[in-house]
Amino acid sequence: MKMKLATMAVTAVMAAAPAMADLVFPSLSYRTGPYAAGGIPFADGYADYFTLLNERDGGIGGVPTRLLECETGYNTEKGVECYESTKGEGALVYQPLSTGITYQLIPKTTTDGIPMHTMGYGRTSAANGEVFSHTFNYPGTYWNGASGAINYLLAENDGDLNGHKVALVYHNSAYGKEPIRTLEELQKKHGFELSLLPVDHPGQEQKSQWLQIRREKPDTVLMWGWGVMNQVAIQEAANIRFPMENFIGIWWSGAEHDVLSAGDKANGYKALTFHNVGRDFPIFADIQKHVVDTGKAAGAGDQVGNVLYNRGMYAAMLAAEAVKTAQEIHGVADINAAQMRDGMEALSITEEKMAGLGMPNFGPSFDVSCENHGGPGLVGVTQWDAASQTWSLISDFAATDMEVIGALIAEDSGAYAAENKIENACN
Amino acid sequence: MFYREAGDFKTNYAADNQTFPIKIDRKGYYLVLAFAFLVVPFLINDYWANAILLPFLIYSIAAIGLNILVGYCGQVSLGTGGFMAVGAYACYKFMTGFPEINIFFHVLLSGGVTAFVCVLFGLPSLRIKGFYLAVATLAAQFFLVWLFNRVPWFYNYSASGQINAPERTVFGFPVTGPNTEAWAAYLFCLVFLVLSALIARNLTRGMAGRKWMAIRDMDIAAEIIGVNPLKAKISAFAVSGFFVGISGALFFALYLGAVEVGEVFGITKSFLVLFMIIIGGLGSIFGSFAGAAFLVLLPVVLKVVGVDMLGWPTDIVAHLQLVIVGGLIVVFLILEPHGLAQLWRVTKQKLRLWPFPH
Repeated sequence: MKMKLATMAVTAVMAAAPAMADLVFPSLSYRTGPYAAGGIPFADGYADYFTLLNERDGGIGGVPTRLLECETGYNTEKGVECYESTKGEGALVYQPLSTGITYQLIPKTTTDGIPMHTMGYGRTSAANGEVFSHTFNYPGTYWNGASGAINYLLAENDGDLNGHKVALVYHNSAYGKEPIRTLEELQKKHGFELSLLPVDHPGQEQKSQWLQIRREKPDTVLMWGWGVMNQVAIQEAANIRFPMENFIGIWWSGAEHDVLSAGDKANGYKALTFHNVGRDFPIFADIQKHVVDTGKAAGAGDQVGNVLYNRGMYAAMLAAEAVKTAQEIHGVADINAAQMRDGMEALSITEEKMAGLGMPNFGPSFDVSCENHGGPGLVGVTQWDAASQTWSLISDFAATDMEVIGALIAEDSGAYAAENKIENACN
Repeated sequence: MFYREAGDFKTNYAADNQTFPIKIDRKGYYLVLAFAFLVVPFLINDYWANAILLPFLIYSIAAIGLNILVGYCGQVSLGTGGFMAVGAYACYKFMTGFPEINIFFHVLLSGGVTAFVCVLFGLPSLRIKGFYLAVATLAAQFFLVWLFNRVPWFYNYSASGQINAPERTVFGFPVTGPNTEAWAAYLFCLVFLVLSALIARNLTRGMAGRKWMAIRDMDIAAEIIGVNPLKAKISAFAVSGFFVGISGALFFALYLGAVEVGEVFGITKSFLVLFMIIIGGLGSIFGSFAGAAFLVLLPVVLKVVGVDMLGWPTDIVAHLQLVIVGGLIVVFLILEPHGLAQLWRVTKQKLRLWPFPH
């Protein structure tokens, strides 16, 4: 028996030994814990896109991809363990899907020379590539999200928000606190009233916050929630009969599983987004054919086409396109992390490119540069239709208030640069 | 055979009272120390440091601290996470407020601050006992986490509410921040662990420790024989807080580097350290080490075996880990309430007689 076990272990180790040439993408996922509902579809989408590339195209530029999945449970300690255990395998880019882990990995990845892509989360001021050389957060940041929400309200209210009451329900963590500074600046500019309602981790207890909303009767409620907090908030909003069309979540608070539990009462709930939703894209036929039908889908394979699945797929697509860009720049197919960084910095996403990939109009067109790692920050709005159980884009990707956001990014990244004595990386 | 005491004569009381009275034990202890100080720093890499050794060293300090309070003095505490947070935030404030002072003293000072806070929350222990005290310390846990989230002064008014450890050096080598070499952080923590263990061992076998144990075993009897419960309980809270504070400071500054109080120092941390001393052995310094090693290593081993070797899905392994830890706690409470330390004692006893038991 012992012998058998030992042989099994040896063969397993040999089977797990890295192949000669491959492109390694660690996936710091979380399929357990209070945030699993969001973590699972994202991880599935991320994995399935790379499986599709391997199955259909034989990898990227002829080099197969290899996904290293590591369970973090949205926990920073496990995130560190995952980072350390995967970085030696030739990891090209990290996407931790957690603002807490991002804060931890920013200095580590910079020292180790591995790029990190925090798409629509993480530290917003990392958009300043002069300070954060290895951190990217294109195509949009939380501050774009905050401004996008206010712009949407401006458009709804004929450009006048004086006396408009806005309440922000947020996850009491680095993630939830991100938009506050921006909203405070925008409050000065547009004259609305802002009240802040923190919700502690994991977010199942929100009675008092919604009681306060019921008493104060804000015109609009914004939400920065994640995981189980979203479902509870939408249910509580339905319980106090808060009009759903005045309730807007950030892009992490607008997926199917967030609204389904509230049933018909969730009808009309809105959420911001930086990419398109739904299954009406040619790429899903390929995924069905090459990934799902062949039984190679990640997880249970039941998430295809969900909002967060699309986002995971979009993240994988942007990573794959950055690999292609890097392969063109450096003329090698089997790139390393430093070359990947150059590829991400030179990334250019156009409508033709996306259409060619079977994802027409899936996200905004944008160019990344050394100075700007944050992309254009275009924000759209989606709305939930409880009858047909679909999200649909009701406001197209629109520009946000870069005047306010740019100043805040310069201030925050400047403070970080001074604190850590960072030279301008773009000179 | 292995633990032969024959011929190992002691000629004075000091020799008889030393921590490792058996020669082979003593040799083993010096060997482990030499290995930890002289060999490991040359072999260590980032993965071993950050995934296994740093958490083990730091949790050991926390477990020693909690063991003094719970295992030796019998005062149940569920506030460990909160007290570690005090250490972490104190260290952050010292690091950013007095950058010219060496980080070594910052860590010691944060231990001092935590000892003070711990004493404040320990005062009710003079009136309440057992479960009621556990609830009172639970209040400390929630209050402290709330405080560090609520008052921006503690995190220097940063927009995200996170605290980040700036780079600090010891003898010119960085021990905090991203440029830290694995061996530097490891040695720094190891020095603190060895000092903590030495102090704890010598406190617990001296007058102070005997007073704590008297209070633990029966407080009224202890009072009758002249133990002052006020001094004994408060000193246990202070010493425990000191160690827990040091571990919190190291946890933040050396291990994680960036901390968000609700997530890192939540109630789960209190339970984790409590499980460590329950599994390791209440009222034993060795038990603190064994428990910390067990609970730090178990998830890593399960992950390596389950995910890397057998190729199981990551979520199944993560769930399995919860099942196994939960099961082990129940098994230990039933079969060996004195934990791994007692298993070790029994093994030693057996080895002493082996191969000719009575």
